[in-house]
Amino acid sequence: METPFGITLDVGSSRANHTGSWRVERPVYVDRLPPCNDACPAGENIQGWLYHAESGDYESAWRALVEENPLPAIMGRVCFHPCETACNRVRVDDAVGINAVERFLGDLAIERGWTLPEPGADTGKRILVVGSGPAGLSATYHLRRLGHAVHLVDSSHQLGGMMRYGIPAYRLPRDVLDAEIARILAMGVEVTLDHVVDDVEQERRDGSYDAVFLAVGAQIGHRVSIPAGDSSRVVDAVTFLHQVADDDPPLLGRRVVVYGGGDTAFDAARTARRLGATDAVIVYRRNREHMPANEEEFAQALGEGVTMRWLSTVNRFEGERLVLEKMRLNEAGFPEPTGELEELDADALVLALGQDTDLSLLERAPGVVIRDGVVEVAPTMMTGDAGVFAGGDAVPADRTATVAVGHGKHAARSIDDYVNGRVREAVARHELASFDRLNTWYYSDAPRTRRPELEKIRRQDTFDEVVQGLTEENALFEARRCLSCGNCFECDNCFGVCPDNAVIKLGGGERYEIDYDFCKGCGICVSECPCGAIEMVPEKI
Amino acid sequence: MTKRPVRFYQVGSFAVGNRLLTDDQRTVQSDPNRTNSIDSGHRACQGCGEALGARYALDAAMRAAAGRVVTVNATGCLEVFSTPYPETSWRVPWLHSLFGNAPAVATGVAAALRVKGREDVRVVGQAGDGGTVDIGFGTLSGMFERNDDVLFICYDNEGYMNTGVQRSAATPPAARTATTDAVGPEPGNVFGQGKDLPRIAMAHDIAYVATATVADLHDLEHKVEHAMTLRGARYIHILVPCPLGWGSASSDTIKVARLAKESGLFPVFEAENGRVTSVSPIRRRTPVEEYLRLQRRYAHLFGAHPRPDIVTRLQEIADENIARYGLVNDETEEIPVLEEAKEMVH
Ligand SMILES: Cc1cc2nc3c(=O)[nH]c(=O)nc-3n(C[C@H](O)[C@H](O)[C@H](O)COP(=O)(O)OP(=O)(O)OC[C@H]3O[C@@H](n4cnc5c(N)ncnc54)[C@H](O)[C@@H]3O)c2cc1C
Ligand SMILES: Cc1ncc(C[n+]2csc(CCOP(=O)(O)OP(=O)(O)O)c2C)c(N)n1
Ligand code: SF4
Ligand code: SF4
Ligand SMILES: [Mg+2]
Repeated sequence: METPFGITLDVGSSRANHTGSWRVERPVYVDRLPPCNDACPAGENIQGWLYHAESGDYESAWRALVEENPLPAIMGRVCFHPCETACNRVRVDDAVGINAVERFLGDLAIERGWTLPEPGADTGKRILVVGSGPAGLSATYHLRRLGHAVHLVDSSHQLGGMMRYGIPAYRLPRDVLDAEIARILAMGVEVTLDHVVDDVEQERRDGSYDAVFLAVGAQIGHRVSIPAGDSSRVVDAVTFLHQVADDDPPLLGRRVVVYGGGDTAFDAARTARRLGATDAVIVYRRNREHMPANEEEFAQALGEGVTMRWLSTVNRFEGERLVLEKMRLNEAGFPEPTGELEELDADALVLALGQDTDLSLLERAPGVVIRDGVVEVAPTMMTGDAGVFAGGDAVPADRTATVAVGHGKHAARSIDDYVNGRVREAVARHELASFDRLNTWYYSDAPRTRRPELEKIRRQDTFDEVVQGLTEENALFEARRCLSCGNCFECDNCFGVCPDNAVIKLGGGERYEIDYDFCKGCGICVSECPCGAIEMVPEKI
Repeated sequence: MTKRPVRFYQVGSFAVGNRLLTDDQRTVQSDPNRTNSIDSGHRACQGCGEALGARYALDAAMRAAAGRVVTVNATGCLEVFSTPYPETSWRVPWLHSLFGNAPAVATGVAAALRVKGREDVRVVGQAGDGGTVDIGFGTLSGMFERNDDVLFICYDNEGYMNTGVQRSAATPPAARTATTDAVGPEPGNVFGQGKDLPRIAMAHDIAYVATATVADLHDLEHKVEHAMTLRGARYIHILVPCPLGWGSASSDTIKVARLAKESGLFPVFEAENGRVTSVSPIRRRTPVEEYLRLQRRYAHLFGAHPRPDIVTRLQEIADENIARYGLVNDETEEIPVLEEAKEMVH
């Protein structure tokens, strides 16, 4: 080309100048573990399913959710949501209402008739699952997905374990429970009800199962000896709730005293109110600070007229007179007797002092270790008896439905390894997306949506569900409050803030890419990423 | 402050884009087909706020004028790092003449376009603070007073950076530069001097005067786009941190700009025909100390021989700005000085 007088070079683009060579550190996209996912006992990818819910794609959200947990409508009601306690948004305003959105998705799936993924190709292996509570159902689902045949056995007359016979219907309506169980059974499961497994090894041989998962829970109400007169009515809470669930409630009278401070105590007291008790009093030996029951349940119970007797133990029950002894807490927070006695009128006393596990079916199983009333298991959930796995309330762990679901999943994967003679390498967990990794400037504040509660008055004498679901609008709002901790949500910040245009926007869920020809390694993208999904790593020079 | 309230709870109105926003709620910068007025391969330092601010402003101007923009650039970093002959980073028509005459050249370009009947082509003049506040001031004031049809943008990095960080009339008090040493009883730049160009521009009663920072893209783009809807002389003053001259981490460029605004040291507002019409309220009111500690040009105020008295005087300047422009409202959060920040003296 002719150049003007005095000009010797043609004009060229600065793109010829690869300024990436200046770099000593490079930005790299990462996925960090969101604290909600980290805290979820069922191992849900919460941030992952919220991501779909944020765009209103509820079916994809539900599908991502049931990858890990087949019971979202149930979990969305009964889970104590440790995810929300861990949620980073707590430090911005208030936790994301994960549990409420989960329930919304679960209910929508039932309403729309969404089905679980197809079972895996038949492996020819047969697994016995004993117990159909959350642990057994979760294991069944995951085993079916892996292509194993499942024989689900339960001694009760219906499936569901404590979800049916413990948790009252006003917290978990039975149609919801039935719908989620039916969806699992539709994957093709052989079910035997009213059958007590009393010797695991015998049962295993008779049915030639390749492996066994024990999910027998903790069915027996813990008893303490309380001197009681002949006419005094003493029942344990699990039996009481079981009878109510069977539509055969015992007559407790008008003044019911429940002894204990856990969730079961509250369920028993609230159930007694619904059955017509005018007084439902919970007697607990410590104070509110030390009470293990869930805050929400406590508040709901008080709202329904349940009353509390703190720092008291039951000394004896004579006719209609319950004698309580007042306690005081020592420095360590333990209750000590004061010797001071009080009386309380009562028609019945309900003991809610915990549950024990009946493990007699393991008596002849070799190598099994039972400690503190529960079965010891390896990290794979296998007991000392090779091929026999256990989970849920029957093993040492927190006794919640969510933990049980997590155990069921984990055991199913271990059983798959076991029957295939595989040993799984432990995979390293992603680094935690802790709060200090976020740039919260970009998240504007929004108050959390509270689930509406049934009017108190209606609640006292019906078993209608107390906590109502979110509307679609609220669920969307709630989902969009998620900060997407540690995982890119395509906000375009990195693409926008690079002074060197060295971020390439791939778009449509494909996120971004760094153009290392031009990235000078300034690190602005890392600082301005709202969710901490970019990391600086030293350049190997 | 953005003029389009985006009720989007995940990222509010502050992130560059988001997959869930409609196109009109996203910034120009979120568009994969943005002009990229300054291309990759330019020689600005790592994390240069000026390179970023110029792309933000010109890309917005390009979108507003449907791609018909001529730019006139004064001498300074922006010119030197973008156009070492024979390479250029500019993907917009671009002229460079001298350090002091960019407003006059821009006036000339606007006059020529008028004569040619090309009023669809818009003129943007641009310069650093030295080229605007100091040497270009005479021609700029003339351009304002004649109401020439030019949008003039000052990229304020508070010093003559291109020639090695000398003081300009936009350098803040107490800041160390190559010509204001951090020695003596009054270390760094003196108090009580310098020019507040946005207010001087307002005194010319021109159609539009605005300030912005690279920390609030929605706001910056809104102002450029609004300016492009008007005719006559318009002025936008954009704070663009300079990691080299300020001694801040290259990764902190946007953070530093954000703190300049959030502390009240750099008021962000809009004015039409000489009157302030809107201000960007402070979201998280931050003590100036936190802003100062991120920059080595203020290191002499901390460390072994701290000068809390000087920090207090700087805080007073911020407080006066807050009072003058009404920068604090009901939603402003007060942020205390964090203990971690105290250890961050370089
Ligand atoms: C009143 C009450 C309220 C609760 N509320 C909540 C709550 O709100 N949220 C929460 O997360 N958790 C709650 N829990 C705890 C939760 O229900 C349990 O942790 C969970 O159900 C344990 O699951 P699992 O599968 O281990 O056992 P289970 O649910 O107890 O199921 C065990 C099943 O095994 C069967 N079975 C036992 N032995 C045999 C045998 N030998 N042969 C055949 N079948 C057998 C039983 O019939 C039963 O169906 C509550 C518990 C109670 C009692
Ligand atoms: C008349 C004249 N005097 C001095 C210079 C040297 N010079 C070039 S750029 C510059 C400073 C530019 O400062 P500023 O306008 O603030 O831009 P920055 O580099 O800081 O972006 C100076 C002094 C010159 N080019 N012309
Ligand atoms: S903000 Fe979202 S990703 Fe982060 S912890 Fe809470 S729910 Fe999980
Ligand atoms: S000296 Fe400052 S303004 Fe100039 S290129 Fe470097 S960072 Fe940018
Ligand atoms: Mg300058």
